[in-house]
Amino acid sequence: MLKRALTLLLIVTMVGGLGVWAVAQQKTVSIAVTWSGQELQAFQDVIAQFQKETGITVNVEPIGRDLATVLVTRFKAGNPPDVAAMPNPGQMKQFVDENALVPLESIINMNQQPKGFTDLTTVDGHCYGIFMDADVKSLVWYDPKVFKAKGYTVPTTWDELINLTQQIARSGGTPWAIGLESGAASGWPGTDWIEDLMLRIAGPQAYDLWIQHKISWLNPDVQAAWRAFGEIALNPKYVYGGTSGALSTNFGDAANPLFTDPPGAYMLKQATFMQSFIQQADPNLVAGEDYDIFPFPPMGPGLPTPIEGSGDLVSVFNNTPESQALIKYLAGAEAQTIFCQKLGKLAVNNTVNPDIYTNPISKKAFEILSNAQVFRFDASDSMPAQVGSGTFWTGVLDYVNGTPLDTVLTKIEQSAQEAYK
Amino acid sequence: MHERGIRKRLSSASGRVGQFLSPSPRLRPWFYVGPSLFLLFLFLVYPAIETIVLSFFGPNSHQFVGLANYRYAFTDSTMLTSFQNNAIWLVIFTIFTVALGLVIAVLVDRVRYERVAKSVIFLPMAISMVGASVIWKFMYAFKPEGIAQIGLLNQIVVAFGGKPIAWLIHSPWNNVALIAVGVWLWTGFCMVVLSAALKNIPKQLLEAARIDGANEWQVFLKVLLPLLWPTATVVTTTMIVFVLKIFDIVYVMTNGNYNTDVIANLMYKQAFLFGNYGRASAISVILLLVIVPMMWINIRRFKGQMEMR
Repeated sequence: MLKRALTLLLIVTMVGGLGVWAVAQQKTVSIAVTWSGQELQAFQDVIAQFQKETGITVNVEPIGRDLATVLVTRFKAGNPPDVAAMPNPGQMKQFVDENALVPLESIINMNQQPKGFTDLTTVDGHCYGIFMDADVKSLVWYDPKVFKAKGYTVPTTWDELINLTQQIARSGGTPWAIGLESGAASGWPGTDWIEDLMLRIAGPQAYDLWIQHKISWLNPDVQAAWRAFGEIALNPKYVYGGTSGALSTNFGDAANPLFTDPPGAYMLKQATFMQSFIQQADPNLVAGEDYDIFPFPPMGPGLPTPIEGSGDLVSVFNNTPESQALIKYLAGAEAQTIFCQKLGKLAVNNTVNPDIYTNPISKKAFEILSNAQVFRFDASDSMPAQVGSGTFWTGVLDYVNGTPLDTVLTKIEQSAQEAYK
Repeated sequence: MHERGIRKRLSSASGRVGQFLSPSPRLRPWFYVGPSLFLLFLFLVYPAIETIVLSFFGPNSHQFVGLANYRYAFTDSTMLTSFQNNAIWLVIFTIFTVALGLVIAVLVDRVRYERVAKSVIFLPMAISMVGASVIWKFMYAFKPEGIAQIGLLNQIVVAFGGKPIAWLIHSPWNNVALIAVGVWLWTGFCMVVLSAALKNIPKQLLEAARIDGANEWQVFLKVLLPLLWPTATVVTTTMIVFVLKIFDIVYVMTNGNYNTDVIANLMYKQAFLFGNYGRASAISVILLLVIVPMMWINIRRFKGQMEMR
């Protein structure tokens, strides 16, 4: 009896072991991402298609806004994911400095990647990351029906924008919705405001110098950009809920007051990805009818409208055939078509057919982006983390919370002097 | 008698085994504590020494920078704010948890529904720090005036005709709002330990005091409190050690923004966000140096208490 039981046990162990071995032999690749909600769902669709075509199993690890921390910890522990979304080019470069990433130029078809994007991820002649999609950031969301009913016109210069702001405030409304809260990343929506204003006030060359810290944070142009942001954000009559409202509203919820009756606010400056949040909050809203976008206007009449963008960046930690296949797929037209069509984001791969933008907002954003004479990447994302994901973010929060601008900028300048050494 | 016999036999048996394993009786204790010493060294002493060494090196632990990281820690304005906040935490959190714990322990000792009351107050201990922080973030939630408040506190304020308050944004009261979460979580712990000590005090002592004509207030001050004192000290130092390391509540609720940063959160930011291991190590060494005396008092007190028993 005992003997039989032992034999059985032995067989079970062997079969089980074989199963484990078989699973271990299966081709797998892991990818860590920041996405959640609709964005994660769309990415899962991309992965499903990849698995169908290649038979490679993909373990998607949705990590969220703490991605930077998790990646650093896992890399230091010698256990990074095979492929990972990078929080931004600035932090990607920190990994490149530690020889953590795999150069991609021999793996992917570089001709399909626009140079404007690969330049951002190229260090010493090697490209370490590809963009899966692009978001246009210089946009203002509004409700065209409300604008029409109240007789407001879409502003085409900064002065017109300020006039409209005053006009709305005079008639008893609150012109702007601002949401600066974003957990451990709180403050970043304000950096987008300041960057867009910097691009308009000082121009693209100064903008580039500012990113490289060849212009001080105390420079008059930088101060002017902050003050222009403050002209709106610090005025409790201009912002829904005043400064406390701006500081405690999550960026994803910021659009909600635009669609209440009567509207709590009339305008929100936020990137293309806002569409998925608007849809999530109220799926009955129709793009182009209930909500629409206009480009954040230039300073004066006749000036070109500079466009700021950002995107989702993916890099490879472990050079395996499976991770090569995955990054190749994510850089390609098929993956980006699936992903962008679902989310209203814009594809980066230049072989993607523009006809995929059936959504009026995406179509408009695509046109704005293609016609842009000046395009720049998100400045804070390109700065070293200590500034771009540190003092710049907290500086925005302190400024909106009432700290004098000089104090805020001096603090950022101090950290920049250390970080750029 | 019988018990003694067993003990004798047991000790002679272990003696024989001991003789077999280690010939010298002086080496024998090392044989027993060896494994735990090894683990202690591997997981505690070695990392501590490594951290101290790293605190004298630059961001990537390559070049020696002397005391630069410490100079940063004691001059940077964010660091100074965090020292100040840790001090605020230390005072308010410790006083409130221990005092409330003591008062509740004494009060519930006199009621019939003691168990229920204690369970309710101890319940938050079962919630993780992060979970509690998320719950309280909702409690403090702020919505602009005129629309429905989803935060309980602001709903109460609005119901009484007030204007909603952004509890977590306005300094210095936001620190108090964060500390309140900690007090809510940890009062139960202090209460349970003090209550256990209270049960150990012989009832005759209290009765004797009462017969001698002491009123309840005098019984509390002159009899209960001195007897509870050693336990209260241990609880207090435990709370101090805990509060010096406070991280989760601040990280989840404000991430140190609006002048609420604390030392542990800055250590985390330096290490994992800014990749500056030198500074992170220096900050943690400072934290260690502040905590060690407290630990020492704690252990000495604890030992004293054991001897008293």
